[in-house]
Amino acid sequence: MKEHGRTVHVHYYALLREQSGISDETVHTEAETVLDLFVELNERYHFAARPERLKVALNAEFRNWDDKISHGDTIVFLPPVAGG
Amino acid sequence: MFLLSAERIDTAQLKRALENPGAGACVTFEGWVRNNNEGKTVLRLEYEAYEDLALKEGARILAEALDKFGLLGATCVHRTGCLEIGELAVWVGVSAAHRDEAFAACRYIIDEVKSRVPIWKKEHYADGESGWVNCERCAAHGHDHAHGAGAAGILSRDDASYSRQTALP
Repeated sequence: MKEHGRTVHVHYYALLREQSGISDETVHTEAETVLDLFVELNERYHFAARPERLKVALNAEFRNWDDKISHGDTIVFLPPVAGG
Repeated sequence: MFLLSAERIDTAQLKRALENPGAGACVTFEGWVRNNNEGKTVLRLEYEAYEDLALKEGARILAEALDKFGLLGATCVHRTGCLEIGELAVWVGVSAAHRDEAFAACRYIIDEVKSRVPIWKKEHYADGESGWVNCERCAAHGHDHAHGAGAAGILSRDDASYSRQTALP
């Protein structure tokens, strides 16, 4: 049977947390890649952050926008860092 | 050892942990909360970290420094939460046989931490406004980057802008 979509966990930090109004959520999505997922969530939250300015983490490791997402993954979109 | 701390950092204890009979040099760096940034008066700061990845990336930076500079010890602790002007935001300490590698390694660590570790800083200004440092610039407006956020544009994102940061404190 063909699988329809996947359930993933998304965490938000800093500017993206404020713009979404939440720290994390569980999303059922048809998105296949991290980028697809961002595009989908951006339609909901209208992030004032262009994706080319962000990085992405998949299961707490830096990964690429075209990486495939799987059921149960945790995804974090990372605004430009500013430690120190 | 890379740590995040929601509490005030005890530098004396951290420095003692770097002691080593083979060390001829110890260099430490303290990043303090400054009362101004880019012409605005800053009242206080908030630091937020993506803890799981920050700890991993911080540990990787210290491992790189130990290897690259042949250090005897290396530690970095970064604060999270609300900080007042003058408070210690980040502490780096290294011990080495000689001063040259100790100075270079300390500089390497703070520079890499600032550009790679997922920690964000929100400044609260005297005029009542506030803003995430470096984030406000990633807004959709006010930039001359290619519009129409197609995958190609996204995948060729400008890594330098990701970690754009003003001069070291």
